[in-house]
Amino acid sequence: MKKISLEVNGKNIEKEVPDHTTLSDLLRDTLNLTGTHVGCDTSQCGACVVHVDGKSIKSCTALAADISGSKVTTIEGLVKNGKMHPMQEAFKKLHGLQCGFCTPGMVMSAIDLIKTQKNPSESEIRKWLEGNICRCTGYQNIVAAVKEASTKM
Amino acid sequence: MPSLVGSRVERKEDKKFLTGKGRYTADINLVNQTYAFFVRSPHARAKIKNVDTSKASKAPGVVKILTGKDLADDKIGGLIAGWKIVSQDGKDMKVPPHPPLASSTVNYVGDHVAVVIAESLDEAKYAASLVKVDYKILKAVVGTADAMKSEPIHEGIEKNLCFDFGLGDKAKTDEALSKADKVIKIDLNNNRLIPNAMEPRASIGDYNPSSEELTLYTANQNPHLTRLVLSAFCAIQPEHKFRVVAPDVGGGFGSKIYPYAEDAVVAWAAKKIERPVKWVAERSESFLSDCHGRDHVTHAELGVQNDGTITALKVETIANLGGYASLFATVTPTYLYAPLILGLYNIPVAFCNVKAVFTNTAPVDAYRGAGRPEATYMIERLVDKAAREMGIDQAEFRSKNFISKFPHQQCLVHNIDSGDYSAHLKKALEVADYKNFNERKKQSEAKGKLRGIGFSTYIEACGIAPSAVVMSIGAGVGLWESAEVRFNATGNVSVFTGAHSHGQGHATTFAQIVSDKLGVPLENIDLIHGDTDKGPFGMGTYGSRSLAVGGSAIVKACDKIIDKGKKVAAHMLEANPDDVEFKEGEFVVKGSNKKKTIGEIAFACYLPGQYGEIKSPLPEGVEPGLKETAFYDPVNFSFPAGSHICEVEVDQTTGETSIAAYTAVDDFGTVINPMIVEGQVHGGVAQGIGQALYENAFYDKSGQLITGSFMDYAMPKADNFPEIKIDYTCTPATSNPLGSKGCGEAGAIAAPPAVMNAVIDAIGTDISMPATAEKVWEACNKNKKSNAKAA
Repeated sequence: MKKISLEVNGKNIEKEVPDHTTLSDLLRDTLNLTGTHVGCDTSQCGACVVHVDGKSIKSCTALAADISGSKVTTIEGLVKNGKMHPMQEAFKKLHGLQCGFCTPGMVMSAIDLIKTQKNPSESEIRKWLEGNICRCTGYQNIVAAVKEASTKM
Repeated sequence: MPSLVGSRVERKEDKKFLTGKGRYTADINLVNQTYAFFVRSPHARAKIKNVDTSKASKAPGVVKILTGKDLADDKIGGLIAGWKIVSQDGKDMKVPPHPPLASSTVNYVGDHVAVVIAESLDEAKYAASLVKVDYKILKAVVGTADAMKSEPIHEGIEKNLCFDFGLGDKAKTDEALSKADKVIKIDLNNNRLIPNAMEPRASIGDYNPSSEELTLYTANQNPHLTRLVLSAFCAIQPEHKFRVVAPDVGGGFGSKIYPYAEDAVVAWAAKKIERPVKWVAERSESFLSDCHGRDHVTHAELGVQNDGTITALKVETIANLGGYASLFATVTPTYLYAPLILGLYNIPVAFCNVKAVFTNTAPVDAYRGAGRPEATYMIERLVDKAAREMGIDQAEFRSKNFISKFPHQQCLVHNIDSGDYSAHLKKALEVADYKNFNERKKQSEAKGKLRGIGFSTYIEACGIAPSAVVMSIGAGVGLWESAEVRFNATGNVSVFTGAHSHGQGHATTFAQIVSDKLGVPLENIDLIHGDTDKGPFGMGTYGSRSLAVGGSAIVKACDKIIDKGKKVAAHMLEANPDDVEFKEGEFVVKGSNKKKTIGEIAFACYLPGQYGEIKSPLPEGVEPGLKETAFYDPVNFSFPAGSHICEVEVDQTTGETSIAAYTAVDDFGTVINPMIVEGQVHGGVAQGIGQALYENAFYDKSGQLITGSFMDYAMPKADNFPEIKIDYTCTPATSNPLGSKGCGEAGAIAAPPAVMNAVIDAIGTDISMPATAEKVWEACNKNKKSNAKAA
């Protein structure tokens, strides 16, 4: 067992978890933050992307113990004062989601892109999202939403 | 209030998904829950000699281990094929038993042998590794084309043949082919695909020993049918004591239509141990045990006159069903395929033979389009080849053979009510800028690349389906849909549907319809679905049926509400019901300013008492309350159609094909929410491009799935596509009150031949799906070599 302390969505968390607990398991099973999804077992699909100290990572492949002391933001942590993040708003406005399963990872990944690159081109957005699989949308409206959000962030 | 039908209304369901508040099956945790892990066969074909659970039972945390023997002891029945197909010789199809846990033989890698239930998932997994299964390994039958020549894998099913199905007039077709000026022949493989909805399947069984009620939470497109099968055939629990809940479902594309072995096992196990049992698939389990799609081998011949008129079509297909016959597995390659081989062409005579075979691979069932993509791929490749061989322009050849008068009775099954095929082709040619294609080809050549253009003019049969028709050809159930529209006393509306959204946006589209019909603001309408305890029995979502059939049931229920409302309004306004009109939420006495809003009527219906001088608002004989149920059974299928044009650029040095442009012009009849429809087209086209260029479920000779993860199975990514251009034409369907035809599967149906015809146009040689870089490079190099020789 490992004792870990994290700041998750602005709240301090202290838990004792088995050594092999992944961050996604910690979020989902221990903290009941089920907005972070697990869609594969090989780190390919990106449904589990969260921010650790501001950078997007795949939470299914990070051990909770390894990131002890970090600040974690999940999809649940984006709403501020009852208002959705511009990326969430853009996904809604431009129909960037269908079944919603890949959406949290897409949104978290896309926010990291805009943080590092202010005005990405369409091809840069498509390249960045290579690590996030969506089976519903054909990506077209996701790309449009990221572009739209980049002008609002 | 402006009409919402036809408007780009933002989706009501989006906020929860965007803020992490969606509730998928795996997100549910119940008090005192246990965890299930399945012991699966590592062999494609084997006899089970013994299952030894003694060591595993003693592992920490183990609650129960159940095997096929326990299942048989409890008399739990097997999963079923829901559609009976009769062979050409008049004999019924042959299907093997499909127990949820195998007890004598396993028939594909991933087949279910035992389930370990433990206090934690880790403990269940560890104990599962200690279950010792003694197998006698047998030679696996894997290939579709060779299955009939191989040893039978199921007792009593000779040649591994489930059925030998025929549709059409063989003698007349042969005669017409013999008289044709030219017979164009083609051999095709329709590659096996893995649906890969992003949410892996999951199920939780929960038994209440006090009320004797069983609840199954499951990621499913079709909760009522799941309950029916698990009750009536698996005999796990009587239907009236059984609730199936499909909460938010993360994509399905057909793969979540059916009850699976895992659903049956966790439901049965939960009842047995009287504790909740939770199972969530790992992606590798999804690859192995979700139903796969397609997998046809086809030979087809088209008779053509010298002027380009098609005279006959003959198709011979071998369809791979996998290890067992899944729920819709037998209808997919027959009635969803064979009638559609004609495409949207006027073909006077045709015959289609389908031999369905069992192999030691995962069961194959309906996947986005189900039968129609296979039919469309065949006819569109064949028509393309015919035009090419006869030196006729692709668009002109198609156009010449289009059905042009409606209704049109096809020579096989369908009576097509409406369409205008020249209109969508003309529009697609404009949007795709066909006339300047040669200019773009030159530009590509200047960069050292090959450029090709490909067409796909398609039709599909949706709005599944008129019950009388489908039950006369073997369906085990009618395919109507139900709806209940329930006004609450305060004027807001709960709408219940038997359809179940798994990404299609029903909560919004259906609310738009109800808002327009009843004049109630969108925010006051809520859609309830996916729970057998809440709404009336429904047939679920697949076959692009939800709007055409389910939406029509909602319209019918709204009409009943309005009828009742008129009676009540007339009574309250002291008028004749025939003089009351309903418009934009108000009941108005014709030629007067006397009116009542629908909210006032709803309130009155729930408070029918007499208060002093105030008379009861309800006329004599009218029941209180304002709630109506409707069941809608369509009079015909609906027939969406369209023209898709794809341009590809091929890099001969690497073999890489990129989609340079893609145009989709579709006729879906009446469109309720264009934004949602566009999303459906984008997604469908992406899956179609995936089939054409990237995806292939590959088993080696021993039946091991080589493409068993996202590292090995090429899922299309964001950078595989350009922007897809979308436009519409509209001929409303006459078979339902909305005029809608269905849009969910169109892209996956139309895209594969459009892409492949473009690749073939670019490289000048036939190639099979998926046209991977390796295959295209080889084809280009072979071309180069043969050109060099010729020179």
